[in-house]
Amino acid sequence: MMPALTVRNIVVAVLLVALALLPLYAQLAHDRFLLTLFTRIVILAMAAVSLNLILGFGGMMSFGHAAYLGIGGYAVGMLAHEHVYSGFVQWPVALGASALFALVIGALSLRTRGVYFIMITLAFAQMAYYVVSGIARYGGDDGLTIYKRSQFVAPLDLSNKTQFYYVCLVLLFGAIYLVWRLINSRFGLALQGIRSNELRMRAIGFPTYRYRLTAFVIAGTLCGLAGALLANHTDFVSPAMMYWTRSGDLIIMVVLGGMGSAIGPVIGAVALLVLEETLSGITEYWQIILGPLLLLVVLFARGGIDGLLMKVGRRQDDEVRS
Amino acid sequence: MNAPLLKVEKLAKRFGGIVATDDLSLEVGTGDLHAIIGPNGAGKTTLIAQLSGQLRPDTGHIRFDGRDITALPMYKRNRRGLARSFQITSLFLDLSVLDNVALAVQAHAGHSFRFWGNARRDAALREPARAALEQVGLIDRADRPAAALSHGEHRLLELAMALAGKPRMLLLDEPMAGLGPEESSRMVDMLRALKAKFTILLVEHDMEAVFALADRITVLVYGRVIASGAPDDIRANEQVREAYLGDAEEGVVS
Repeated sequence: MMPALTVRNIVVAVLLVALALLPLYAQLAHDRFLLTLFTRIVILAMAAVSLNLILGFGGMMSFGHAAYLGIGGYAVGMLAHEHVYSGFVQWPVALGASALFALVIGALSLRTRGVYFIMITLAFAQMAYYVVSGIARYGGDDGLTIYKRSQFVAPLDLSNKTQFYYVCLVLLFGAIYLVWRLINSRFGLALQGIRSNELRMRAIGFPTYRYRLTAFVIAGTLCGLAGALLANHTDFVSPAMMYWTRSGDLIIMVVLGGMGSAIGPVIGAVALLVLEETLSGITEYWQIILGPLLLLVVLFARGGIDGLLMKVGRRQDDEVRS
Repeated sequence: MNAPLLKVEKLAKRFGGIVATDDLSLEVGTGDLHAIIGPNGAGKTTLIAQLSGQLRPDTGHIRFDGRDITALPMYKRNRRGLARSFQITSLFLDLSVLDNVALAVQAHAGHSFRFWGNARRDAALREPARAALEQVGLIDRADRPAAALSHGEHRLLELAMALAGKPRMLLLDEPMAGLGPEESSRMVDMLRALKAKFTILLVEHDMEAVFALADRITVLVYGRVIASGAPDDIRANEQVREAYLGDAEEGVVS
């Protein structure tokens, strides 16, 4: 099926193509920093996409999602510290550890609702933060420098910045595709039913807890992968990766971009981080500008930027018809 | 009365000092439409909640088709064929009308740990859902968001969802609540049609509808059964008149 030619779809297509061509532009413009910035954006977009699966489609307001960034990152960092450099070991460990962590905290926290769920996910993430801060062997508070990026087979070399960018981008596209398939599957519809009205879902015969938990684990695992990428990107891991403000950033990306769509968080991540970069160049009090902007989005564009784009498209359609 | 499909034995439920269900026993025969009536606060909704598994009774047993379901969670009761419609409209308002019913179908189509195929193009879910919408006359609304429907249409959608699970017994909690006269009579026709296919436990305030539809009626007051029998017996029952119908008739007449 061909996607319709709406304003929103054009913007999304332009965004994706721009992301794909970015290294080319960075090379032509001799802007090394641009590539670094966008590698970071792509990685955090992936984390936001994973959060959106549970926040946007599952209605689970997890305030501890950055914990998986840290866990995925530390899996890579700790193994590298122990001279295990193979990505074929590091990345599965990163995914496995994140999945396990998500399973444990999900199993406990999903028994609560609302504010309690927010608080308990936050508490678990902060626990992870303090545990990592306390492990002296792996740098504790100071973090851990990674001297060698994850090793894969021959032509693939993550120390090459362009190659690494494309690895991240391909994985981001993969993550979007995965989430898109998920939300349209039976599992995804069940998840959205639970977001919409959990009591009713139970009444019509869904054991809702296990579906929510599964979504929670998938989201955590996917974010763990983003964490492994982030560690490779910065060649460094520290407890700050999983600090609660980072979890807040991820939520902002999702809300800003739009919770209702698989692509929304990517828009949100690009918007937030580019805005942050630009504004912080103008004034060090850039958050004074960002705050009201966010407020406007929350007040007047419930579906985030993506929802706004869709609305623009619809209005155009109406005009054409009339 | 036919052989009982649902059997309630000495059910009791308290909330603090309030006795919501008091030593309540009840049998619903296979194929019957059994109505529960009673003044406000008689514990009708509390009873439905216990039958559907939303609330756990303090003591007593519920048997469905000969098996004890007292300890079963809601979703397992539903899978055995006991479907509930809600008194307060309880839908997936941000999903489409068809999605709402398709989810009810999906609940009975095995587990939902299917992560890849597009469920919105799955004929095994969509066709029965369309059929249920057809049955209640909402098929032309299929692609609208549920939030866009009128109150009367919501009640019908509720019913379509209960039907979509191919239940053996329907627990209907005030399906007529808040409906206008025209919508009400449409609903009565609908229930009359459903009566032929399902065993129904109906909680309803609309006396006219109850006496028109019910094979048997049980009267609850303060969580206790004060009378149970055929509509004519109930109408003639002195105790019922005193406790309940007197008030209700005023309401019906005015």
